[in-house]
Amino acid sequence: MEITNYLGLAAILFAIGATTVLLRRNAIVVFMGVELMLNATNLAFVTFARIHGDVTGQVLAFFVMVVAAAEVVVGLAIIITIFRSRRSASVDDVNLLQS
Amino acid sequence: MTASGAEAALFWVLAPLMVLAALGLLFARKAVHAAVCVMFVMVGLAIFYVAQEAPFLGVVQVVVYTGAVMMLFLFVLMLVGVDSADSLTETIKGQRWLGVLLGLGLGVVLLGVIAQAAFPPAVGLAEANAVTNPVALARVLLGDYVLAMEVVGVLLVTAALAGLVLTHRRRLSVRPTQRSLAAARVAAIEQGRTLTPLPAPGVYAQNNAMDTPALGPDGEPLVHSVPRVLRIRGQERSAIAVLTEEETLVARDDLRLIGVGPTADAPEPDPREPAEGSVERHAEHGTDHDDEDGEVR
Repeated sequence: MEITNYLGLAAILFAIGATTVLLRRNAIVVFMGVELMLNATNLAFVTFARIHGDVTGQVLAFFVMVVAAAEVVVGLAIIITIFRSRRSASVDDVNLLQS
Repeated sequence: MTASGAEAALFWVLAPLMVLAALGLLFARKAVHAAVCVMFVMVGLAIFYVAQEAPFLGVVQVVVYTGAVMMLFLFVLMLVGVDSADSLTETIKGQRWLGVLLGLGLGVVLLGVIAQAAFPPAVGLAEANAVTNPVALARVLLGDYVLAMEVVGVLLVTAALAGLVLTHRRRLSVRPTQRSLAAARVAAIEQGRTLTPLPAPGVYAQNNAMDTPALGPDGEPLVHSVPRVLRIRGQERSAIAVLTEEETLVARDDLRLIGVGPTADAPEPDPREPAEGSVERHAEHGTDHDDEDGEVR
């Protein structure tokens, strides 16, 4: 088995996450799609670190994880705030700027 | 560089399962099922990290992603409502097919790029990990990327503050004080409320249950002493019935003392059907006596 198979898996997971963001309406599920994409890039980082024999890729994956944790906190807080005011977690219902 | 046979077996078992779980995120109707699917994918990724000579990242993946991030997702699902299913009506025409097309296209492009690219022969991390993986990571992290590390720390603090500020709820109404509650209670007298607590249910010689009304100082039964639920259900017992029963019992005992009534040895039938409350009370008394006997011994 070639190590690049991991990159193929990362690409598939990234595509599935992107499709989730495009198709689902529930804001929380959309957010999980974003998390899936971040995880897929992390897998690619780790695989490239192994291919190049350099742990910098792992350090970058570590940074992605930390930033993702911060992003989740803010994103979920926004979802909760919107849910409180509009009683809905659907991305379609946030249309105040629609003409 | 090709991976070892064991790693290949791990990959071919785990990777299809992970893709299935990721598709579960895409197709699950309920958000909780999607969250569990994502958790499976993340644990699988952690296993792959360990298999790819990144044990530190594997542990961090489990702790941060499955332990913290996904639990946060589940908490928010709990707050927002677990059974909030997606609506399947399309608001933008053709969005579904367009989304599927774009997703598939993205996957095909990425896979094509990976298939076309010429990768250098893989080196492996055996040399870089010679000082163990966490130490090697720490040298890069705290050497080359120390500024980024500090900026990320500031970012985390900011995010924590943002979480606090965004979910803070301002109180819209005035907090009720004892004084305002008392005033409201006095004001409710005009609507027939009482200022004092309601009287407790009645206590009789043979009956002490919630369903019997108490007697007022004038001897009249107080209807409000029975809980409202029992009154609405029609399970309230009339005070007169209880009093009549007790009077008949007293009269019979008087007759027995004189010697006219049934002999004391004969088992007399219970004059009234035992109510549930009285049965429970007898049972309690029995256990109480047993306990006392036990203590005496």
